[in-house]
Amino acid sequence: MTARVGVVTFPGSLDDGDAARAVRIAGAEPVRLWHGDPQLHGVDAVVLPGGFSYGDYLRCGAIARFAPVMETIVDAAQGGLPVLGICNGFQILCEAHLLPGALTRNQHLHFRNRDQVLRIESVGTAWTNAFQPGQEVLIPVKNGEGCYVADTATLDQLEAEGRVVARYVGGNPNGSQRDIAAITNSAGNVVGIMPHPEHAVEALTGPSLDGLGFFTSVLKHLVGAPA
Amino acid sequence: MPRVVVDVMLKPEILDPQGQAVANALPRLGVSDVASVRIGRRIEIEFTGEPDLDRAREIADKLLANPVIEDFTVRLVEADETVDARS
Repeated sequence: MTARVGVVTFPGSLDDGDAARAVRIAGAEPVRLWHGDPQLHGVDAVVLPGGFSYGDYLRCGAIARFAPVMETIVDAAQGGLPVLGICNGFQILCEAHLLPGALTRNQHLHFRNRDQVLRIESVGTAWTNAFQPGQEVLIPVKNGEGCYVADTATLDQLEAEGRVVARYVGGNPNGSQRDIAAITNSAGNVVGIMPHPEHAVEALTGPSLDGLGFFTSVLKHLVGAPA
Repeated sequence: MPRVVVDVMLKPEILDPQGQAVANALPRLGVSDVASVRIGRRIEIEFTGEPDLDRAREIADKLLANPVIEDFTVRLVEADETVDARS
C-alpha cells in the first residue's frame, strides 16, 4: 500500500506545493491538509512546510500553533506520528513545544538564501534513516529567522541524546547555536529542519537530489513501524 | 476604560540583533553615550468587561510571549496614561 503523507497548508504557506511534490517523487501519496480542518484524513505522516504562516505576525509560528489542524497534529505526534517541520514548520514545532528551543532573527539580520552543506548527525530518526552517519548533503537554505537558540542545559541534552539531526558545514548562515540546522524529539518521530530538503529533489530545480532522503526515510520508517 | 498592558522583552541572555543594529546607528545621530539598546513589544488589551490581570497573564504566557526566549510583565493602565506614553 502506498504511504499517505499529509502536507499542511496554512494561510501564508509557500512551500506546500514543493513539499507535496517531493512526497510524490519519493514514492508516497501526498495528501493536502488544511489549517482549519482538524481531521488528518488517515495520513501516515505529516509535513509542515515553509513559508510565513499567518504573516509571521507576533512571532514566526506562534499563531499557526493554535490552528485546528495543529491541535490534532500535536496529539498525534505525541503518539508517534512522524512529523517533519521545514523552516516555518520548524518554527511551528518549537512554538507548539514538540521541539525544545526557539528560532530567532538571523544574527546578522540579513535574509540568507543559498545552497548549504549540512552534515547529517543522527540517522535514527523517522526522517533521516536513509542517510549514513556523518553524510554531507547539499540543500537550499532560505530564512530570515533561522537562528536556533536554547539554554545551555537543553543544548547539552540534545547533544548527549544524539538529537542534533544536522549541522551547518562551511559557514553558519544564521548564527544558530552550535551550528544546529535540525533537531528531533526524544522519540525521533518529530524533526525540525531549517534548510529545505523539498527544494533538492530534482536535477532541474535543485542543487542536488540530497533532499529526497528525508522523504524516502519516512517511507522506510513506515514500512518498519509496528502497526 | 482601563486596559491591560503586556510588555514582552527578549530575555537578557538572548542576543537582540535588532537592538544592536539600532545602537550601532546612534553615533550617526551624534549620540555617543548609549551603552546598549534592547527592543521589545508592547501589547494593549481591552476586555469587554472588567480588566482581568490573571487572564491577561495566561494570554501572555500562552501566546503573546514565548517563555523560552522572552519575559513579560502585565499591568493595568488608565486610558489617559496610555495617551501620556505616546506624547
